[in-house]
Amino acid sequence: MKKRSKDLLTKAGDYQAEIKELAKSPYTIMEVCGTHTVTIAKNAIRELLPNTVRLISGPGCPVCVTDSSDIDRYLYLAAQPKVITATFGDMIRVPGTDKSLQVLRAEGADVRIVYSTQDALELARRNPDKEVVFLGVGFETTIPTVAVSLEIAKREGIKNYSVLSMHKVVPPVLKLLAEDDQLAVNAFLHPGHVCSIIGIEPIEFMAKDYGLPGAVTGFDALDILEGIVMLLRQREEARSDIEIQYQRVVKAAGNPKAKNFIERVFEPVDASWRGIGLIPQSGLGMREEYSLWDAARKFSLPTFNSPETPGCRCGDVLRGLIYPTQCPLFAKHCTPMKPIGPCMVSTEGSCAAYHRYSQRSVD
Amino acid sequence: MCLAIPAKVVTLKGSIAQVDMMGNERIISTDLVPEVKLGDYVLVHAGFAIGIIDDESAKETEELLLEVAKAYEEEE
Ligand code: SF4
Repeated sequence: MKKRSKDLLTKAGDYQAEIKELAKSPYTIMEVCGTHTVTIAKNAIRELLPNTVRLISGPGCPVCVTDSSDIDRYLYLAAQPKVITATFGDMIRVPGTDKSLQVLRAEGADVRIVYSTQDALELARRNPDKEVVFLGVGFETTIPTVAVSLEIAKREGIKNYSVLSMHKVVPPVLKLLAEDDQLAVNAFLHPGHVCSIIGIEPIEFMAKDYGLPGAVTGFDALDILEGIVMLLRQREEARSDIEIQYQRVVKAAGNPKAKNFIERVFEPVDASWRGIGLIPQSGLGMREEYSLWDAARKFSLPTFNSPETPGCRCGDVLRGLIYPTQCPLFAKHCTPMKPIGPCMVSTEGSCAAYHRYSQRSVD
Repeated sequence: MCLAIPAKVVTLKGSIAQVDMMGNERIISTDLVPEVKLGDYVLVHAGFAIGIIDDESAKETEELLLEVAKAYEEEE
């Protein structure tokens, strides 16, 4: 083995030893971000930890928290003539009440997977006789990239581009979790890339007002282990702060330029989170100045009153009340190939992450 | 969905950069990090650089990623 791999292993071993030393009594940590959930599952980090330290997943997969009524709404839009739907690949298989984008596409709707909002803008430039609608799903990491595309569309007068904003912001859902009496979480691994944009000020209330320690954490296995060590040390020292483990990327002030883009284009609105419900000021709508590029206004979209998928416990999974494996449908009726709920569709959904990597260890 | 990947800026023109992402070339937008310089390591999400990676740790990050990628290859 090369020296460097050995160093990494030694470091992992050191963290593991320190966790063992500090984990004298039960401690439950929620990892908020879907990308954390994937790293944890992939590296079998849960299995590496002593029994006293529990890791549970939170509501950090933007696809999974997109409300069924929003899904039915964009499916309605995607079926309109002359509309090209531009979307990140994660949304393609998400089932609505009776269809998905994939099914609509097979039926003839023009649905394109794009890698960035720049690609969606380019589609609009190249198809002046069509309406290109970008499906705005994501948290603060993604939202500035959508804001940039809207500023460019406005500046260049690209009138056949619009965005259906279903964006969500993280701090309000954290507050909801902190106030939930059912939730038994002692500390949080906060999402590193969201915080690279917003900084730590917007989440500091978690530590200050609710006494819940936090570590803003990166995305490889060592980052996660170090984040856990930082949280356990806080308990040892009877502190509750928001600390940054992911220092190579996250600055306390975040990325002010990106925050500015968000503020110029979007404004806070109440939003429904799948399985959780309405959370005040947790979504972003488009400001009046951008109404021409707001797909909801442009196409006078109706609102839908869509039922939750019967039997799916995604809402409880997203709030960290149960592990995916505790859903009676998990792996039996609901699999990544035939997903019943959104937590099984997105690769970052907790159910999908558990399914993919737990299957591997069973093999 | 919030996944972001480190990459090194190879050329810069206006708000467009060409980056080296672990050996692959990509074109990205730098509107969110206008202060970026040639040779900087940036974090790329959905075709945009969303942050500049701290100088000292950037190299280490890339090495670590390459190391991990190699370890995976060896495993398979
Ligand atoms: S396993 Fe499937 S049905 Fe059960 S909570 Fe997860 S997504 Fe929903």
